[in-house]
Amino acid sequence: MEWEVVVGLEIHVQLSTESKIFSGSSVRYGAPANTQANLVDLGYPGVLPVLNQQAVHMAIKFGLATQSEISARSVFARKNYFYPDLPKGYQISQYELPIVRGGHINISLDDGGNKTIRITRAHLEEDAGKSLHDDFHGLSGIDLNRAGIPLLEIVSEPDMRSALEAGRYMRKIHTLVRYLGISDGNMQEGSFRCDANASVRPKNEDKLGVRTELKNLNSFRFVEKAIDFEVERQISVLEDNGQVVQETRLYDSEKNETRPMRGKEEANDYRYFPDPDLLPVVIDKNLIDQLRRELPELPDDKWERFVAEYKLSPSEASVLISNQASADYFEVVAEASSGSAKTALNWMTGSLAAALNREDLAIEKSKVDPIDLATLINRAEDGTLSSKLAKTVFEALWEGEGTTDEIIQTRQLQQITDSNAIENLVEKVIGAHPEQAEQFRSGKNKVLGFFVGQVMKACEGKANPEQVNSIVRSMLKAQ
Amino acid sequence: MEKEINKKTLTQLAEGLRQGQFSSEELTQYYLERIDLFNGKINAFITVTREEAIQQARAADKALAAGKSGPLTGVPIAHKDIFCTRGIKTSCGSKMLDNFISPYDATVVKRLKDAGAIMVGKTNMDEFAMGSSNETSFYGPVHNPWDHDRVPGGSSGGSAAAVASKLVSAATGTDTGGSIRQPAAFSGVTGVKPTYGRVSRYGMVAFASSLDQAGTLTQTAEDAALLLESMAGFDRRDSTSLNEPVPAYYDAIHEPWQNLTIGVPDNFFDEGLDPDNAQAVKDALKIFEKLGAKIKDVHLDHLDLSVPVYYVVAPAEASSNLSRFDGVRFGHRSKNVKNLNEFYMQTRGEGFGAEVKRRILTGTYVLSAGYYDAYYLQAQKVRKLISNEFMRIFSEVDLLAGPTTPTPAFKIGQKTDNPVEMYLNDIYTIGAPLAGLPALSVPCGLVQGLPVGLQLIATHLDEARLLKAAHYFQKETDWHLHIPPGYDERER
Repeated sequence: MEWEVVVGLEIHVQLSTESKIFSGSSVRYGAPANTQANLVDLGYPGVLPVLNQQAVHMAIKFGLATQSEISARSVFARKNYFYPDLPKGYQISQYELPIVRGGHINISLDDGGNKTIRITRAHLEEDAGKSLHDDFHGLSGIDLNRAGIPLLEIVSEPDMRSALEAGRYMRKIHTLVRYLGISDGNMQEGSFRCDANASVRPKNEDKLGVRTELKNLNSFRFVEKAIDFEVERQISVLEDNGQVVQETRLYDSEKNETRPMRGKEEANDYRYFPDPDLLPVVIDKNLIDQLRRELPELPDDKWERFVAEYKLSPSEASVLISNQASADYFEVVAEASSGSAKTALNWMTGSLAAALNREDLAIEKSKVDPIDLATLINRAEDGTLSSKLAKTVFEALWEGEGTTDEIIQTRQLQQITDSNAIENLVEKVIGAHPEQAEQFRSGKNKVLGFFVGQVMKACEGKANPEQVNSIVRSMLKAQ
Repeated sequence: MEKEINKKTLTQLAEGLRQGQFSSEELTQYYLERIDLFNGKINAFITVTREEAIQQARAADKALAAGKSGPLTGVPIAHKDIFCTRGIKTSCGSKMLDNFISPYDATVVKRLKDAGAIMVGKTNMDEFAMGSSNETSFYGPVHNPWDHDRVPGGSSGGSAAAVASKLVSAATGTDTGGSIRQPAAFSGVTGVKPTYGRVSRYGMVAFASSLDQAGTLTQTAEDAALLLESMAGFDRRDSTSLNEPVPAYYDAIHEPWQNLTIGVPDNFFDEGLDPDNAQAVKDALKIFEKLGAKIKDVHLDHLDLSVPVYYVVAPAEASSNLSRFDGVRFGHRSKNVKNLNEFYMQTRGEGFGAEVKRRILTGTYVLSAGYYDAYYLQAQKVRKLISNEFMRIFSEVDLLAGPTTPTPAFKIGQKTDNPVEMYLNDIYTIGAPLAGLPALSVPCGLVQGLPVGLQLIATHLDEARLLKAAHYFQKETDWHLHIPPGYDERER
């Protein structure tokens, strides 16, 4: 039988606010345990939550960027359950009335087409703390630094039909939230987390199959691999006339498999009700308009512009815009240099990428300023530098020896294009090698290369190679 | 030190301090002695903060001498033990918090401290403010100073009894369904519950967040105005506090009488109301008529629904609010548990009393999947109806008046076996908090030697009118000046 894969994703995005969603505590990552939890985060008797406006603004920006409806009135609810790292015994989240509803984004498919993935909703909520089970000799430790960190939970419709599409969607959301400046998207630090709901059904069947929820998918690759594994598993269960059990499964990246998660299944009546400590969030049109004006150029718009303005291929543009810093770097180089955008891109994918790779740096940390790279390209274009020397200058830039022009100046790397100067050089070289000159005259054209090499050596590579070539040839012939 | 300080009101004490008639230290010492002398009989205090009070009093005397005094500088008061007080036990009447020393001051505590008031202690209360008799306290029942076999009312029973017996001239309280007004009526003091959001809830241990409101228990409406002026106002730490200016209540109540229309709901005078209690209230209404008020009969269509609505909404919120008491970060923690489930069950099983458990169970039930719509959602709809009805009535009248309770104080133990009968005691007081309205109770008579209260209800943020009416009533009557037998200064 032919099977169709159905996937929906729930993505938790940590918003990059200054402070927590309901308290003034810092949200800095990696601080010593419980040093970033105040009385509100600890759920002390009598304390009350106060909503962080910045988090609301960030959620609205996400909604605007995904053509969603921004709820004029949204409501925080309490999700009640007991767990030691949940200080109040409830999580403040949004339930019936989320702040963002009914949007979509487009993902590109391998056949060159696009696909729309609908976004059901995105809601604001607070993160829980962390239970630590090691190092406490049979006891558990609790770190509440993370408790109260603002999250935007983005829920998609089950619109994806493969692990690949799920991966594309997730990357697209990741790119988007970073463009919007609402999250650093750091997956190692848990700023961008994903759960997947996956099911299979016979091709052409309308009814959805029984789904499982996959957790612990903390990289793009793991999302794809976990879904692939799970789909295979479900198909083999069904083909053996078995039934898929609706359950939560944990992905084990080391074994590349999913396993049922035990324990948390039984009690999931969360007794949601509107949180009486918080007023409904009322958003007026003026705020929405203001935030719309603050939106940066979005990835899709940038992609179109890069293809149209810089004549990049669709895939080149995609690679560039997937990382806003790369796109920005590219644009500075392309705008400041006289060469083609392709030249700028070649430098970025060539020398720059190699240097960044070598030192394991992100492009934001590049030791070569894009303006210097643009100048470098200009000096190569106007003939000041040979392409070989241009690479030398790039390395010098990377080592921090100064600006492009300073390096050319101090190292005296200007290309020699003065014909008289080159003729003098060539004359000396021919004079010094009468034997080889004789060989040329007797028809051995190969020694031409020898002379060119000797001239370049004599000038430390600075002479324009094409000029050297023709001058060597004509002077040898003239003899 | 002059005689009969205990007869002085908060206002008179503040004035006496400013005039130098006595020092704050003398005054504080005086009340601490009265607490030593009488608290054993009524159990009004859970904690007496002797050293801190004396220290604060000395500082107050310096401030007074330097002419740097606030409106309440040097006056001893008490806080209901529901308010967090920095460095001092804040038990909320529960074993769960018997070991809890609050690391911070509630906004109410801080504001009164800033106004110069001296805290002499924390008063007894029903556990987590759940009760109408002060019998659910982990620290034992409070005895009504008018009759030690009777309850003082609840949940602010300790504050009411302390003020009634003049162990302190004023105290804070909280009202969720009547927890200030009902004990005020039973104990013969003036109890004011302001508009929901008028006073910050920050630092007040939450019972039912959409109903809880801090207020005052004092001898007179004038005292209440003085105290409330320092307590009220917007607090950025409480999103539900109202960002509205606080009127000068004390000045407002001394303005000339202006005629007003007082609505009297006929269904406040139903068969459940004790006839003598009813007569006392009717006599009180005559005083208002004499002052020139117009009395108008009105009808509250949904009054009978207010008790059931309340006992769905309040336990629902409480069941969630009390989840934080899990023994993980503070409070009681059970020992010798084998796993996490046992940890929760034993900690909460040991830490909470029967009434609190009953309400957590009720609240959990009404929020459960399958019951939410039928109970919680339905209750919220009816609550809206009740609220709308009050709004409609307040377009016709300035105040509503009626009895605070159906009977005078009942005997300790009389209703503990019948929760529903206990809950019905709140019938007249529950409407105002459901609609977020300000209301108060003033003493309006003695029935078989026990005080009874007149309740006045106003529209939102109309505390000034409410307090002014009560103040003019107290200028015409002396019920608020009675001291329970045995608590006069001569008895020392």
